[in-house]
Amino acid sequence: MKTFKLGGIHPGENKLSAGAAIEILPLPTQVCIPVSQNLGAPSKVVVEKGAVIRTGQLIAKGEAFISSNVHSSVSGKVTKIDSVIDTSGYKRPAVYIDVEGDEWEESIDRSQDIISDIRLSREEIISRLNETGIVGLGGATFPSHVKLMIPEGKKAEYLLINGVECEPYLTSDHRLMLERGREMMIGVKILMKGLNVTKAYIGIERNKPDAIDHLLKISAEFPGIEIIPLKVKYPQGGEKQLIKAVLNREVPSGKLPIEVGCVVNNVGTALAVYEAVQKNKPLIDRVVTVTGKSLKKPSNLLVRIGTPVNQLIDFAGGLPEDTGKVINGGPMMGKALTSLEVPVVKGTSGILILPENESRRIPVINCIRCARCISVCPMGLEPVLLAQLSENQVYEAAEKEHILDCIECGSCQYTCPAGRPLLDYLRLGKNKVGVIIRNRGKK
Amino acid sequence: MNETLVYAVISLSAIGVISAIILYFVAQKFKVIEDPRIDIVADLLPGANCGGCGLAGCRAFAEEIVRSEDLSKLNCPVSSRDAMKQIAAAMGLEAPERDPMIAVVRCSGSRVNAPQKVIYDGALSCSFAHALSAGESGCPNGCLGLGDCVVSCKFDAIYMDETTGLPVVSDENCVACGACITACPRSIIELRLKGKKDRRIFVSCVNTEKGGPAKKNCSVACIGCGKCVKECPYDAITLVNNLAWIDFSKCRLCRKCEPVCPTGSILETNFPARKEKPGEPEIVAEKTEA
Amino acid sequence: MNLLTVSGSPHVHDHQNVKSIMYGVVVAMIPAIFVSVYFFGLDSARVIFISVSACLFFEWAIQKYLLKGALTINDGSALVTGVLLAFNVPSNLPAWMIIVGALVSIGIAKMSFGGLGKNPFNPALIGRVFLLISFPVQMTSWPIPKALFSSSVTDAITGPTTLGILKEGLNAGKTVQELMANSGFPGYVNDMVGAQGGSLGEISAIALLIGAIYMLLRRIITWHIPVAYAGSAIIFSGILWLVDPTRYIDPAMHMLAGGMILGVFFMATDMSSSPMSPKGQIVYGVGAGLLTIMIRVWGAYPEGVSFAILIMNAFTPLINKAFKPRRFGEVIIKK
Repeated sequence: MKTFKLGGIHPGENKLSAGAAIEILPLPTQVCIPVSQNLGAPSKVVVEKGAVIRTGQLIAKGEAFISSNVHSSVSGKVTKIDSVIDTSGYKRPAVYIDVEGDEWEESIDRSQDIISDIRLSREEIISRLNETGIVGLGGATFPSHVKLMIPEGKKAEYLLINGVECEPYLTSDHRLMLERGREMMIGVKILMKGLNVTKAYIGIERNKPDAIDHLLKISAEFPGIEIIPLKVKYPQGGEKQLIKAVLNREVPSGKLPIEVGCVVNNVGTALAVYEAVQKNKPLIDRVVTVTGKSLKKPSNLLVRIGTPVNQLIDFAGGLPEDTGKVINGGPMMGKALTSLEVPVVKGTSGILILPENESRRIPVINCIRCARCISVCPMGLEPVLLAQLSENQVYEAAEKEHILDCIECGSCQYTCPAGRPLLDYLRLGKNKVGVIIRNRGKK
Repeated sequence: MNETLVYAVISLSAIGVISAIILYFVAQKFKVIEDPRIDIVADLLPGANCGGCGLAGCRAFAEEIVRSEDLSKLNCPVSSRDAMKQIAAAMGLEAPERDPMIAVVRCSGSRVNAPQKVIYDGALSCSFAHALSAGESGCPNGCLGLGDCVVSCKFDAIYMDETTGLPVVSDENCVACGACITACPRSIIELRLKGKKDRRIFVSCVNTEKGGPAKKNCSVACIGCGKCVKECPYDAITLVNNLAWIDFSKCRLCRKCEPVCPTGSILETNFPARKEKPGEPEIVAEKTEA
Repeated sequence: MNLLTVSGSPHVHDHQNVKSIMYGVVVAMIPAIFVSVYFFGLDSARVIFISVSACLFFEWAIQKYLLKGALTINDGSALVTGVLLAFNVPSNLPAWMIIVGALVSIGIAKMSFGGLGKNPFNPALIGRVFLLISFPVQMTSWPIPKALFSSSVTDAITGPTTLGILKEGLNAGKTVQELMANSGFPGYVNDMVGAQGGSLGEISAIALLIGAIYMLLRRIITWHIPVAYAGSAIIFSGILWLVDPTRYIDPAMHMLAGGMILGVFFMATDMSSSPMSPKGQIVYGVGAGLLTIMIRVWGAYPEGVSFAILIMNAFTPLINKAFKPRRFGEVIIKK
């Protein structure tokens, strides 16, 4: 069975909502759409207060190279352009819209028909993805059209589709592959055309046998796309780990996957690409897993962007009494929320509710130098040493020890028996080293 | 027996002579010629290597003084005025007069004023907590209370007040080296004039949000109403980004601004108590959003 | 509703903490404790009890009155040190010597460096070596264990260890074969189950191996150090044995006699004092294996495990610096 070699852990899977079919969340009364939802430069608001807008209408335009458009996910009236507390707890500019009906832009094809014929050319695909504001839905929210533009001198050989979903609890990608596999596969075809490659691999972990079977069955219709079952191991969804697992190629330290001829996209992104290219539908909704051990009804919901998180939780049976932590994303890499009024954004793959007895860390004691963090690090780093250097603010030394290679998967902290906040310090160190390097560039 | 003694003496002497010759040549080859004044200046410096002068330690500072032969831009904030004069005398230069400064913590978001809204559970580092979220009180600019400033202080001049959760600067120990200012990820600490008898007036808030949101998280936040700006007879107060700031070089410590502040975010230190004026209680007016 | 907790990811933990690791080590030592009580009688239980209580007491007292820190005796590390120290002394050692050993182990070798995880040397071994050098007579007069299936414990009679017999005999000019044919020599089977003279925890290879398998299964230790240590010791002693089987002991006897198994699995794998990267652990293990055999064959002492491990402990920081783990993506970047 294929997997990546170095490090890795196997946390309890807890895929509580794996059997729950995707449901459509009813429209909220008000949405609040942050205008910068992607990695890169913030987008510029193009609507005014009081404007009446339709579902799918552009409300913020990405102007920089790495930035993307934001569209209205509902129809109604813009009540204010203000700020909202986002997943980080800080305020970000956002557009508030009061929902009235559900009037879509006429250019969007809302029929259920599956269109498999790809009519657009490569350039048209790229510009369509740019217009419709498609970003990577795996969590990093990197604008998809930028990913399709291969830098000068490099060549893409393979497209890798990430259906690994190695995060415990999350099942949105799993359900999506199962229920909308065919559309997703067409999306993969579109991406292949956009990249000008003839071979694509979809990596799926063995804990989703039904999704693997389903895709294997329909993959006969899609020559060039191969389904690769993978051994269950975290963090296989990291792009470097996925490339290693599927193709046994190692992305050099500090380089992007294109260095070894690969481009990695998520299955959710592939579906969004299908909808954007074949149906002209901008990225205005996504599948979100709402889950937790104490939650009444762990669900997979199709949610409009900008819906407040508490509405999702209410739909899934309400916030449990013993809630101690609400996480945007999975338990390994997600962000803990400070408020439940935070809107769902393009990068929200799940809402995880942890009970109080699981939401606090174990007490921190001395490092016993057991070296478990070293043995689980998928990047072959020494987290204990890096965290120490960062804590003591010796950032230059941390840079020499390759702190920037860290992918922040959290395996080290997960396994640390002394409960040390290794990743906290690694993140801090990465930030500081990044600043040092940028300043060096200026001089 | 005698023979052994002789051999031992001869061989040891030979080793000594050879080593001496090697050492002599090595010393010649790696000799560093240094201005003797650097040692003199360095001896007069405190030697704490705090970096308060902006250079990498006391030795670097001494080298810079000797190299530039100019004291107008170089100052060791830690040394007393007399020590700087001694350095100036040793160099044959004039030391400019500088008023003593002190680090001031501009946040009053104690546990009472800015109640806890979430529990932070993680590394005891303000820098990390700042990057992670807005903090326990929800104020995006307020003190996180994890003590990066305390760690950075080499002079034991800052400690955390356990009841308020805010750092306190000691008037006696602070030498205004500025280490805490760099350490604080939210730029809450500022160097201000120490003032006669340690009397200072300053706006104890750095929140740049509008009045409403600021008040929501902290009862003593500056809401940017501008009352103090109007009240100040010396034009010492400016209002930028919903935040008032008192220019300490213009402030004459007249104490007129403090009573007009509707949220009590202006603080006075070490002043005698005011005479109580039996007047009607101040009506707290909150700035409307616009 | 409760206040929400905010922290950086990850938000889950694998629930193995230092305490569970330390108690895991104690569980792994239980078979050896039973064997020692079987062969040496209640005397060995006495030694273990005194050693453990003394270690716990010193840990508590130093933490409370000297370091003034949080209570740490619950974390189980002092318990492990206590049992390991007891394992490394003869069962007839006077109580006050055990207490002195415990003081050296906990007070000097562990707490003076900052407590748990900060000790550069294995505390139990420091205690043992201190006792060995200070009280050589008491530390090397081993009670003779009762015969394998007899019921009576032979009291107050002392004799040499397996390695001691061999060392003395070889120094006196006899061959290995002559010595092993002697009636007093324990032989392979007795060495395996524990009917040999020696420190109370090291006698039974089987009991220690059971504990070692438990630790490997629970991932308390990894295979790197034990395999490298035992492997290098076997290869090195095997070469010597092939050169001259009359003067050098065979590898199997090297493994079974003395504290080899105890050292390989329980002492050399001490987390704080061993290297961190897999490569470094292998280097460390190989070094310890070579040193052990060198001391046993050419040194003044019949046994070399303690000294070998302590010497390699001293190299640990250097090994950590020199042998970094293989980084992802580094091979390609090198040209």
